[in-house]
Amino acid sequence: MVRDTTLSSRIADIIIIIILLIGALSCILPIWYTLCVSLSEKSAAAAGMVKLWPIGFNFNSYEQIIGDRKFFNSFWTSVKRVILAGGINFIVTVLMAYPLSKEKKEFPLRNVFMWILIFCMLFNGGLIPWYITVRSYGLINSIWALVLAGGLPIFNVILVVNYFRNLPKELEEAALIDGAGPWYILFKIFVPLAIPVLATVTLFTIVNHWNEFFHGLVLMAKEERYPLQTYIQQLVVVIDTSAMTEDQYKRISELSNQTLNAAKVFIAMIPVLIIYPFLQRYFIHGITLGSVKE
Amino acid sequence: MRNKKFINHYYLMLLPGYIWLILFSIIPMFGIVIAFKDYNPGVGIWKSEWIGLENFKYMFLLSDSKNIFINTVFISTMKIIGNLIVPLVFALLLNEVRISALKRGIQTIVYLPHFLSWVILSSILLDVFSYTGPVNQLLLAFGKEPILFFAREDLFPWLIVFSDVWKNFGFNAIVYISALTSINPSLYESAAIDGATRLDNLRYITIPGIMSTIVLLGALSLGNVLNAGFDQVFNLYNPLVYSTGDIIDTWVYRMGLLNMQYSLATAVGLLKSAIGFVMITLSYYLASKYANYRIF
Repeated sequence: MVRDTTLSSRIADIIIIIILLIGALSCILPIWYTLCVSLSEKSAAAAGMVKLWPIGFNFNSYEQIIGDRKFFNSFWTSVKRVILAGGINFIVTVLMAYPLSKEKKEFPLRNVFMWILIFCMLFNGGLIPWYITVRSYGLINSIWALVLAGGLPIFNVILVVNYFRNLPKELEEAALIDGAGPWYILFKIFVPLAIPVLATVTLFTIVNHWNEFFHGLVLMAKEERYPLQTYIQQLVVVIDTSAMTEDQYKRISELSNQTLNAAKVFIAMIPVLIIYPFLQRYFIHGITLGSVKE
Repeated sequence: MRNKKFINHYYLMLLPGYIWLILFSIIPMFGIVIAFKDYNPGVGIWKSEWIGLENFKYMFLLSDSKNIFINTVFISTMKIIGNLIVPLVFALLLNEVRISALKRGIQTIVYLPHFLSWVILSSILLDVFSYTGPVNQLLLAFGKEPILFFAREDLFPWLIVFSDVWKNFGFNAIVYISALTSINPSLYESAAIDGATRLDNLRYITIPGIMSTIVLLGALSLGNVLNAGFDQVFNLYNPLVYSTGDIIDTWVYRMGLLNMQYSLATAVGLLKSAIGFVMITLSYYLASKYANYRIF
């Protein structure tokens, strides 16, 4: 690309890069700050002296966490949840997408099933009916509430349906001539070809389940059953009282054990921070994969 | 056609997903009747007394109702605007960077906050903006009074909007960035030969080139006009900011699950779902008509 190299153009370049770097810094700094607080002396953190570097560097809060059974309980609950949810979502999404990707002449009721799915994506009964329903299934306090109560991931199914539809028809026809049935075609031909979109969709599902806190709050009646985010939420985020004055607000935020909380928050971030760089190429590609192509 | 005999297999494949759908999406829809009854958990849904539109009439009389609708629409509209403009500007700026390693590096860093939960980000934000936190320390250094940020009802909606835009601008920019790469580079080359400046490029090539993407994202975002972001508001709010920060979803949660006013909360939730349904359908219709976007 041909660019002019005038002075004003160079200045514009520099300003642009500065703005972008500020943007990038703003995204890293809060995470760095949390790390610094977690490695600081408790009193220094409470006094607000920690800025860009730990003060009184020590690993105390992390040592405290090692003995904290509740924290690890919740961590393990989240891990179980993510594994179960990832697996079940994968299988069900793939199974749903195959029949729905068929044309009407091969599967006459296909449009009916699709419209039901779309309707459910656009409309829901609201929080209370959902809660009452899940409770009536007896799933309160069960890990299956966390895994299943979010419902079928309709958007993901649609993405995979579109991807399957864009695969060349010849593949399927060749397999049919060789006597293959739908299960073989799905699992031995379509799924291996759909790995990019399936990987993206599964990754998003996993990250969402890891980050989810509300179902844990509402569907788990006992604290031991809380997934990690719910546990942290109860601990760290200010809990509302029925009437609060500004002084009470100030006092509550000052009383919390900031370094310990920061350490727990940081550990909760680690899985996402680790997976993220390796798999971000999937995120970018995957977003455009599930689109309808003419 | 040989495929006809596979239909039973298709039904079998659809079965697990549809059972899941029926159990957790469709059956809860029937719970809407609670909005028309005086729900008594003791006798169950069917035996509770039918009171028709009483809950809705009561809802219109409540001062809370007007408040939460206004707060919700205000916050989500500001978010829609912010989430359309900031990622666009960011993508345009990033497009001007010629060192591709720098470009990729910045992009990688900038969509990280999108993948962190609001629980985590709220605890960080509450700490950073706390009375003794870094932001107030900075204010003190400039001789200003410290501000109790998240307890101020005038500041709260803006804090919500800005932090949401900050969290998502990197990720939302991805669509714009890939749209920018699809603009034909020879357009820029011929413009350079004709003596175009960078601003000319922006005005006559770049923006028209991605206009369809902008229109599409705008149309799709309309559907969310009643979703002000429960996870975020729930983690950041407190009673001091209810007047400007309480949104429909947080109110329904408190009234319904905490105060056990099931019928009223269901009525409000139903209204929100109905309006949302209309808005989302409208937004998909506009998207398919003006930007050729179809979901299936």
